[in-house]
Parts: sequence; structure tokens; C-alpha cells
Amino acid sequence: MTRETQPSQQNQHWNRRDFPEAARQALAAQPAADAPFEHSQTRRNVRHATDVIQAKRNAVTAELPDWQALRRAGAAIRAHTLEHLDHYLLEFEANCTRRGGRVHWAADEAEARRLVLEILAPHAPREVIKIKTMTSEEIHLNACLEEHGIHPIETDLAELIVQLGGDRPSHFVAPALHISRGQVRDLFARAMRQPDLTDSPDDLVAAARSYLRQKFLTTPVAISGANFLLADTGGVCIVESEGNGRMCLTLPDVLISIVGIEKVLPRFQDLEVFLQTLPRSATGERMNPYNSIWSGTPTGDGPREFHVILLDNGRSPILADEESRQTLRCIRCAACLNACPVYHQTGGHAYESVYAGPIGAILTPQLHSMHAAQSLPYASSLCGACYEVCPVEINIPEVLIHLRSQVVQQQQSTLTGSLGLWNLAMQSAAFLMRDSHRLPAAVHLAQRLQSPLVSRNGFIEWLPGPLSGWTKTRDLPALPAESFRDWWQRTHAQKSAPEPNPKPNPESAS
Amino acid sequence: MRLSLFITCYNDALFPQTGKAVVRVLERLGHTVEFRPAQTCCGQMHWNTGYLRESLPILCHFVRVFADAETIVVPSSSCVAMMRDHYPKAAQMDNDPALAREVELLLPRVFEFSELLVRRLGIEDVGARFTHKVAYHPSCHSARSLHLDEIPLRLLRRVRGLDLVPLANSQECCGFGGTFAIKNADVSSAMLADKVRCVLNSGAEVLTAVDNSCLMHIHGSLHRQRTFVRVAHLAEILATGETSSESAAERALAADQHFTLSSSEFPQ
Amino acid sequence: MTSPESSSRQLILARIAAALGRDAAAAASVAPADYAALPRDYHAATADQPAQRIQRFLDRLHEYNAECTRVGSASEIAPAIAATLTARSQSPHAEVPLASAALAVASGIPPAWLPAGFDFPLADPLTLAELDRQPGILTTCTVAIAETGSLVLQSAPSQGLRRHTLVPDFHLCVVFESQLVSTVPEAFARLDPDLPTTFISGPSATADIEMTRIKGVHGPRSLYVLLVAD
Repeated sequence: MTRETQPSQQNQHWNRRDFPEAARQALAAQPAADAPFEHSQTRRNVRHATDVIQAKRNAVTAELPDWQALRRAGAAIRAHTLEHLDHYLLEFEANCTRRGGRVHWAADEAEARRLVLEILAPHAPREVIKIKTMTSEEIHLNACLEEHGIHPIETDLAELIVQLGGDRPSHFVAPALHISRGQVRDLFARAMRQPDLTDSPDDLVAAARSYLRQKFLTTPVAISGANFLLADTGGVCIVESEGNGRMCLTLPDVLISIVGIEKVLPRFQDLEVFLQTLPRSATGERMNPYNSIWSGTPTGDGPREFHVILLDNGRSPILADEESRQTLRCIRCAACLNACPVYHQTGGHAYESVYAGPIGAILTPQLHSMHAAQSLPYASSLCGACYEVCPVEINIPEVLIHLRSQVVQQQQSTLTGSLGLWNLAMQSAAFLMRDSHRLPAAVHLAQRLQSPLVSRNGFIEWLPGPLSGWTKTRDLPALPAESFRDWWQRTHAQKSAPEPNPKPNPESAS
Repeated sequence: MRLSLFITCYNDALFPQTGKAVVRVLERLGHTVEFRPAQTCCGQMHWNTGYLRESLPILCHFVRVFADAETIVVPSSSCVAMMRDHYPKAAQMDNDPALAREVELLLPRVFEFSELLVRRLGIEDVGARFTHKVAYHPSCHSARSLHLDEIPLRLLRRVRGLDLVPLANSQECCGFGGTFAIKNADVSSAMLADKVRCVLNSGAEVLTAVDNSCLMHIHGSLHRQRTFVRVAHLAEILATGETSSESAAERALAADQHFTLSSSEFPQ
Repeated sequence: MTSPESSSRQLILARIAAALGRDAAAAASVAPADYAALPRDYHAATADQPAQRIQRFLDRLHEYNAECTRVGSASEIAPAIAATLTARSQSPHAEVPLASAALAVASGIPPAWLPAGFDFPLADPLTLAELDRQPGILTTCTVAIAETGSLVLQSAPSQGLRRHTLVPDFHLCVVFESQLVSTVPEAFARLDPDLPTTFISGPSATADIEMTRIKGVHGPRSLYVLLVAD
């Protein structure tokens, strides 16, 4: 498989820490200076939120008798689109342009930022209003805008909370799910100068409504992402709950939508599948309060200037790998985060990536052509809960293993990697396990050698090196004196069928 | 029926009592069990850790050893999941049409132990007696890959004297995940802590599953915390009989580890 | 076509073509049969009775905290609107005092629907600031979906512009029973893909604070459906 090398400059924001280390810190009770909510309260908040969404999601998917058929259709439509991605992008471009939209193409995040600044320049806004958008996070747009004297105002409640708290999103449907309402109250009371604000969610929401209302009515430029692009109409679909999205999409003079190139669907009618699967998967609702679908600049109804920035930024190389191409089917519902037992423990920040959870674990390293975030494919016990809930049937465990094999090949291509402890251990194990005689011999040897490690109670309570990770919290049973095969040999061998003689095993099968 | 036992590498070395229990149950039901000593491992650890190339000769070896076996029984759902989910792809990767064909012919004859009893042999009552409170942990592969669903529970419900207690959040992974437990030891331990809390809250005396890997992991913490909850592979519970049950059960609860059914209990 | 932008366009398209194993110069095309062959064995429609469909729609609206009144014919619309506005202005929680009990109306609403004694300014000429001062908006919809409790509005006569049903705090939508379908696919069959379209399922809401659904963030905090037999 060929993967283009991406500019290394974009890696600087990513993966400051490997997953095991970041997870260890997230699990520890100590708050870190640059992560104000990173303590055990955070873990409780994450657990509560994911449990609530997960229960709702399970109920509203179970009630649809055709849920599996919808998943199949969704997967097939997305897979088909990816196989013809250039065709559908061109069709979208033509139709969007015909209806008054302007389509731009950004090869990487730097170009996307530059395009945004160029579009903004003639309007010289001091502020822009924004709808929650993953692509904006991905290209680090807010920091760029601030550097150029433009203040971005996040209008999604959760994004506003995160922005006011100087925090990072931890979940891409509910970015503030790691923050409790008491913490929200404190932030709002300070930022909105309302010291008497209570922590009732109703009051907090009302405070956000009045805080943002004038911004919606007066800010001339809005920036969004999109849930879907529609090739046949040049349409854009945005799914939301609060109405902040509709405000941004309809009131300003100028709208800029930054959209990953994979987000296109062939037909308007394909939404009949995704507007069933996305809300039920994302928030556990039968339908979210608002979906907006429009094309270009409809006369008198919405912005006069509409720009779509089609963002590649590492996506197109993923198409080359037929095994992992399915990653790009993702519709960003975050059901896999809510279902993931690893995410439950660590929350989103430990992934050190805009895209957290199981989908982040496969998408992030691929967006960097496997040159960063190599610990993320291992951030999973392969329990399969993510695949089970995915509304477009992305076999995340399969892709995780596939990406692990690429990480292994990278390691084996270097001297330090091939002489590393893991590689040597796995090579030795493979050497033993592919042979009928070596494995039993190794077991016999281990039975004899283990005794210094075995406690009086018959368990191993301490192991050296990387294995100490096990014994830090867990005992390990010692090998019993007699293996099953030895017992069988002793008690059944004479009754057993003659051993079928396997053909010689070419050990270089690979 | 002639049944060929794939004991799996870790059961062979660490949990021989499970293999003995499988043999006991199947022989009690009138079947002939054979064991092919040439067998080693299914290749799962290497495959799941990303050492695909290294796992190929291991799985090729498995396919050759069992090529002419009538029906293969495996007391480990994750090993069966490895075969069903990944062997076809592995054969494809190996660019070996002969291997692909062999895999295709072999897979329909491979059964996880409880699946063999219920789906293949149509048996739910194996004549076991086990007078203890038992919770069942549906391991990830048994639930989400093999879709065993109610199968192990149906077997447990027919065990005389057994008090099956519910386990909260039972579908959630215990955090084992093979090398994950080492590579991401902290997260794995946190997941395990949640699982152990649910096990302790269930009030069960014994936790059972169709995978000793998960049981070893959960027991690792139960034992470290000096709790009195024991673990036993489903086969070991099903192997208890009307006559030997008392001694087996009592010894099991007295022993500070997995159930141990000594070979003397197996009529030769 | 020499701007950096267009060169990125070529670059991205070339990357995609290369990744998909095609010649970049070859025209990207899709055989219509490929698309037509995609599996669509989900339920396009259900065989429910109209009464069931209506009950389901009412249940969903109730779950969303939207209010609904049923009337037997179009001639009852005006009295029902009058009753609603009166009740609303008298509610202890009313944000709208009786004196200003008014409702902006989308162009194309039949005058016969508008009861005497209330103010019904036309929404179209209102500036944004004026719209923000309107206590409510009256529209119809193109189709409503029972399964999801959704109203679907398109830019068509009597359905208003998109901002009209967003900025005022109260949205009163007249739905005829003949506009009510059971499923999302049935609704799509009735939509014009070329018109700006808004799905509205209950009042604006958020669950961003501890996953509690709170009614009313930035969109209308009250949604009122008048379901008319026809």
C-alpha cells in the first residue's frame, strides 16, 4: 500500500503523549495544569454521559425492525460513494456552483486556513460565529483566526463551554460531556458576569441563549462544517439540536462550510437512510430537533455568499488501502465512543486527537499516513462493541488489527524496532507456536523455570519489565505441573487415534 | 460422534482442568474424543497484536493438523472467533488458494464448546449438578463475534442446584484483550476494576465464562484482592456429575484457584 | 486555472484517482446500475392505519414537549388559533403579554385562518431586528412524519423563509392529516430536493449539560401543532 508522506509540520499539534501514558494520566486523580477538568470528577462525568446516551441509543435502535437493513444500506451507500469519490465531488461542485455557491479545494490544513482568511478578508470581520465543526478543530482554525485578530465565537452550547473553559473537546457529538453542570455554572457566571446564576440546566441554557442572541443577529460571517454534501443537488445537510446551527446558516451574509471530501452522498434521497441512523446513533433520539438542507444561495433566504471548502488533509491516501478505506464511511455519530469501554475509562483527551474513541484510533493515524499516533491502534481491547453499534458497519476491530500490522512492519523495518523487546518476544513465541514439538518443550521448560516467581499460594504476584503492567493489579496463575497434553498422553494415548502426520510445514509461509 | 479437541495453547499449559472437563462431558454424552498432539495455537495473539506475517505459519499448522478432523471442539470462543473472523483473510493474504480452500472446508466443522452442545448436538441438559450461586460473564468474542447469545445460559439453567445470578453490565469487556492488558495496563486495570465490582455485587460464589482468558484476568484481580469468589470455565461446571459433584464442588470452593478436577475423577 | 486553488483541485482529484487505482485523466464516472444496485431493503413505508399514524405523531410531539391540538376541518383553524393565542397570553409563564398577542404570518397563509382581534403582520418584509421582536410565527409545512414527530418545511408559499421559523420564540404550524406520513422515506418521496428544507422535531433543545434534554436553546422555545382533518 502506498501512503504519501504528509508535511511533518502538521504533526506538532498531535500526539504529544502516547496513548498509554495519556491514559495513565487521565486515570490518575491529579488534575493537570493545562487540563483543568482532568480528575476523577471527569471520569464520573464521562461514564454518566456515555451510559445515558448508550441506553437511549439502544432503545431507539431496538424499536426499528429494519435497523440492520438501514445499517447495511448506509454502509453500501457510503462505500459506493468512496469508490467513486472524484465523480461525486465533481457533481457536487457543479451543482453547488450552479446554485450560487463557491467551491474551494484544500489539499491540507494550511491551505484550508489560508482559504478561510482569504474569504474573510474583504469582509474584515472582528468576530465570526461558528457551529461545532470537527474540520475546524482538525485545521486548528480558532487559533489561526485569533492570530489574525478575528474572534471566533463557538455557538454550540458544549463548544461554548469548552471555549470559555479554555479546555479541549472530549467527544465529537457532546464535546463537554466531561464537564458537570456545577463546573458549567462557574464558567458561565464568570464569563457572562452573572454571579447569581444557578446550576440548573434550564438557567444555564437560558444564560447561553441571551448571551448569544445579539451575536446571531449582528455577526456578518459564520463558519460551519457539514454532515453531508449532496452531489445531485449541490446541497449541504447540517444536523443539530439547539438552533445555533440554523442561526449561523441563515442569518449572516457570508457562510463558509469546511467539509471533509469524504462527506458527499450521491443523492438527496440518500438522506432518508442517514437521517434515521445518525440521530438515533448520535444522541439516542428518533430525530434531532433541526436538520437543514439547502443548495448554494437560495434567493432571499439565507447568506448571499456561500463557500464550501473541500478538505483533503490526509483523507485521499486512505482510499488507496482497500482494507481501511471503510474508515472514511464514518458519519461522526460517536456511537463507538459511547460504546467503548476504553473511552469510558479515559474520556476523549487521552487520544490526543480531534477524533477520539475507536474511530479516532483508526482515523487519526491514517490522516497522518501512519507517521503519527502509532499507539492509537493499540488503544482497544478489540471487544467489538464499536463495530456492533456503527451505523455504517465500519469493522473497527478489523481495521485496528490492520493498522497494528502496519505499525509492526514500520518497527521491523528499523534496527531498534526489530531488536526491541516486543518484536523479539513475538518472534520467539511464533517460533515456538508454529511447531508441534517446540511448544510442549517450551511449556516444560517454563514449568521448571517459573518457580522463583511463584508465591506460596500458587500464583505469580510479580513479573519484571513490561509484564509488570499485569502484576501491578493482578495475580497470574502459575503453570500447573502437568499440561493437558501430558495428561492426555498419560491417560488416553493408547486409546487415541494414530496421530495424523501433518504435511511438512513451510515456515516461511509469509 | 467423533470429536477432535483443540485445547488451545493457553488452556493446554495453564488450564488443563478445562480440557479434562470437556472430555468428561463429551464422553459422558457418548461421544468419542480424540486429541491430536501435533496441535499448537490458533495464531490469535500474533494476529491481534499486528504480527500477521508471524501468525500465518501458526494458523497454517492448525489447518493442516485438523484438515481431516470430522468435528472440532474448542473451549475458547476467542480462538473460534479468530478462525471465523480472520482465517479467510489470512489465507487470502497468503495468496494460497489451496489454503483458502482448506479454511473454507474446515471452518464449518469448528465449534466452540457450548455452541457444539446446543447448536450442533441439540443438548441443554448434560446431567450436571452444581449447588452454588453462579454469575455468567459473556466474553466479548462469545457475544459479539460468535453471537452465542443465550446458549451458555441455557446450559447453566439446566444444571441441578445451580443458582444463576445476574451480572450487571455483563456485556462490557473485562479489559483483557490479550497483549492489550500489558500494552495498556492502566486502562485494562481500570476496566477490570469495573468488572470486578459488578462480579462482587452480583453475590456470586463462582464466575463462569466460555473463555479462560477473561476468567484468568478477572480472577487475577479477585485473587489479588483476596476475595472468595472463584472462577470456573463453563465446561468445568457442566462436568460435575450427580455422583462426584459434591466432592468437586466442595474442593473447588476450598481451593484458592480455578476449579481443579484431578485426573482420578475421570474413569479410565 | 492556474491559481493555487485550482491546482489543489487537480491535486486532490489526482490523488483520489490514484488511490482508487484509476488513471487521473480518465473521466470519473459511475454506472447508474451500480447506484441502483445498492441494497435498500429497509422499510420504505409501513402498513399502519391513519388512526395509529396520528396517535404516534401525537405521542412523539408530546415526548418533545411540543403542544398539539386537533380540529375537524379547515373552518376550525381560526377559532383554534384564537384560543391558542388567548391561552398563551394568559399563561402565568407567558413571555407575551396579551396586549402584544400577535403572530407573524408566512406569506400565502389563507386570510380565513386568521381570527379577528389579533395582529398578524406579514413576516416577509420584517427586518431581522423586527422579526426578533415578534412573539411568534404561523406557517404550514410540506409533510410531517409520525415515526419521528417531525415537521418538514420547504421554501414554499405559507411555509415562510428559514429565519421566520427560527428567530421568534413561538412557532405555530398548521398540519393537515393528509400531509402526515409514517416514515422518513415516505417523507422524502414528497420533498422537492431543490428547495431549502428544514426538519423540525420539537422545540429547540440541548442535552449538552449532563445529558439532560433541555427545551429551548436558540430556536423557538415553544412549538405548537394544529392538526387539521382533511
